[in-house]
Amino acid sequence: MHNHVEMHGHASLQKKNLYMKHIVIIGSGIAGIETASALTDAGHWVTVIEKEVHVGGKLNNWTYLFPDFTPAEEITKPLFSKFREKDFSFLPNTEIKTVIRNNNKFSIETSGNQQLEADAIVLATGYELFDARRKEEYGYKIYDHVITSFDLEQLFKPEGKLTVAFGKHPKRIAFVHCVGSRDEKSGNHYCSKVCCITGVKQAIELKKRIPEAEIFCFYIDLRMYDKHFEELYRQAQEKYDIQFIRGRLSEASENIDKSLLIKAEDTLSGRPLKMNVDMLVLLVGMEAGEGTTTVARTCGVSCEESGFLKTQDSFLKSNFSDQEGIFLAGSCFAPMSVHDTILHARSAAQEVNDWLKNNN
Amino acid sequence: MKDFGYTVIKQRTIDYDQFDGRLLKEVLEMEPSFKVCLSCGGCTATCSAGDLVSFNIRRMNLMLRRGETFELESEIEKCMLCGKCMLVCPRGINLRNVIMLIKKSILKFKPAKT
Amino acid sequence: MKKEGKIQVWQDYQKEIADDHYFYVRSCIRQNFFPGSEQTFLKILRKELNKDIYENPHHTSCSGIGYHSDIVPFDTIQTIIARQFALMTEAGYKNLAVSCITSFGIYNEIIETWKEFPDELEKVRTFLKKATGREFEIPQNVAHASDIVYKFRNKISSIGKNRLINQKTGQPLKIVEHIGCHYSKMFPCKGVGGAEFPYVLAGMIESWGGEVIDYPERRHCCGFGFRQYLIMSNRGYSVSNSRKKFESMEPYHPDAIVSNCPGCPMFLDRWQYVIQEMENKTYGPNGQGIPVLTYEELAGLVLGYNPWDMGMQMHQTNVEPLLDKMEIEYNPDLKYTRKDGKMIGKPMMVGCGW
Repeated sequence: MHNHVEMHGHASLQKKNLYMKHIVIIGSGIAGIETASALTDAGHWVTVIEKEVHVGGKLNNWTYLFPDFTPAEEITKPLFSKFREKDFSFLPNTEIKTVIRNNNKFSIETSGNQQLEADAIVLATGYELFDARRKEEYGYKIYDHVITSFDLEQLFKPEGKLTVAFGKHPKRIAFVHCVGSRDEKSGNHYCSKVCCITGVKQAIELKKRIPEAEIFCFYIDLRMYDKHFEELYRQAQEKYDIQFIRGRLSEASENIDKSLLIKAEDTLSGRPLKMNVDMLVLLVGMEAGEGTTTVARTCGVSCEESGFLKTQDSFLKSNFSDQEGIFLAGSCFAPMSVHDTILHARSAAQEVNDWLKNNN
Repeated sequence: MKDFGYTVIKQRTIDYDQFDGRLLKEVLEMEPSFKVCLSCGGCTATCSAGDLVSFNIRRMNLMLRRGETFELESEIEKCMLCGKCMLVCPRGINLRNVIMLIKKSILKFKPAKT
Repeated sequence: MKKEGKIQVWQDYQKEIADDHYFYVRSCIRQNFFPGSEQTFLKILRKELNKDIYENPHHTSCSGIGYHSDIVPFDTIQTIIARQFALMTEAGYKNLAVSCITSFGIYNEIIETWKEFPDELEKVRTFLKKATGREFEIPQNVAHASDIVYKFRNKISSIGKNRLINQKTGQPLKIVEHIGCHYSKMFPCKGVGGAEFPYVLAGMIESWGGEVIDYPERRHCCGFGFRQYLIMSNRGYSVSNSRKKFESMEPYHPDAIVSNCPGCPMFLDRWQYVIQEMENKTYGPNGQGIPVLTYEELAGLVLGYNPWDMGMQMHQTNVEPLLDKMEIEYNPDLKYTRKDGKMIGKPMMVGCGW
């Protein structure tokens, strides 16, 4: 636990870079670390504040990434080495308490009673997954074999066990798309974008591990928006026999043998459909989360109705919050994939650097 | 049995657990390109027969996937085998072969009269 | 099944239930199907719990059946409800205790309408004044009678003489609980436990020693409703829905079904006989059916009341197997006799398992 901000050799750096400024980044997930690296490389002094004890954020808990099943470790390992090698200050177990603007600087007080002076702030507070318990009709945490995509991802780790009642492999698995997204009852009208491809990816991974299983995806629309996504969908049908049924699940109920009775409409044939499955996987969406909402409030930055942070525009200024000097990086802006987050984070660093040059 | 003037109504829900998959399995084995159908409806839009009678090739394919062989038998006769559907299909499915396979195999798996 | 998950849901849907001083509004049809139920409820509240519950003989049917069958227009039913409230206000009460689930739904629906459209409220005040000269206040608390029994379930459990336990095996009785659709499906926040996992009856069953059965079609409508049974040829809808529920609960071998609606237990009770006649199929062991009880009858059994005094001989599905399991004393020969020993007459058609 740091009690004061450590400056590793910043005195020598100060002489080198006339434009060196102090930037505080809130959040040490992939967006925070990527922005921190780029800004440090540009010659600035960066302090990264993180409310957890470890770095890496949500990607620490993921096993394989779409669309090509890259192990998440291949992204987190280089990030952690950047974190260790580069010269930025890290305050774990810390949250920001107050942010006050003084002319062109920000005075930040942290929960560890540190006082920081920053020339710019970058919010990289990330997302939270939708709590599937709010969708009572799917019985998450009530029925034994209803899990979320997050839970399933843990089962893909080497030590994970894919079994249901009586220790057997599930014979029939159904994925439910749009859980907590595009849904007024959940309070989230937007599309979380990355869940459809997650469903396709996980369906393939399940089929690889349990070749005799029948796997179904119950979708409303299939959003295969990025490079290689549509091809993965086709591969899922062609090579892995995944069945895609268009229709939203209305409910799941547990039978006496712990299997689940699910009801949906097969909209394309216009009739209601029901079936018994051994496991139900809920593809939960992304939400802005309490971390983002609290930090936004503290910094005086506006949120959209969805809870995600507002930017000055949708095209040229998607790293600029509506407060001068406060920038955004990563999924606190909108649901995004690892690929998009890294791009967004690098662009944030660029914008911060340019802004500091022109405004200070 | 007493007649009360009304009776229990047969459920129209597709019960996937009662699904007879034999015809589908046969067709898929002989024509694997059918696996990638996404029910876009392009085939039905251009169909020569579907323009004039109730034949709907997208629905035929879907009925096959749901094991509804009983209705398929009468409907499948209406296909003219003109091949326009294949020109449209974005996934490159050999639809004429699918129809021919259904015709050939359907007699094998015809459900017994109950 | 993880109980903790359900407990979380139940905690999200808590509602205010008044403590005392109720104005009771009866059900128009329940007295025909389950003659002793409302009387049992009043007895429990007055004698066992010492509560003040008052009913005005001038109160009427809420006309919910007519409203739901498109015979009674919305303005009329609003005025009828307003009159019920006027009687309540004149008697000096603020808490409504509703016997029927449809009425409960109607009261909630109209009160919500008045909240969202205050001009409707003013309109109705004018109507009532013109028609009857009465004025009314909106009740502070609207509780269904089953909510009230739920609220005092632990007290009933402590003074009760019988538990919901199979005395022969020592195991808790397996009981299916069924909520009337209008209780929580319209306004989930107005039902204890919400619409997916309602707790009002489950709480009673658990408190009295029984075990609640959760089966796949638990949420499904029993098929009552109004349009579909008023005309004989439509009743296929109703019987098909009840049958779906029976088929789904059969593997669990329930000992009884409990419901809090007037129509649901009536249907679940009567349709077992109809299905027996139409298909020769029953859902209990040895040609027996599954006894269907109202929550008042269940509470009465727990408190040790005489089953025939509560009108349980009027059920079409035999309740005696349940009474035997609970080892409740009853005399089968006294079913159709009055207190003075005179026979009231035997039914011509016997039901399922009698």
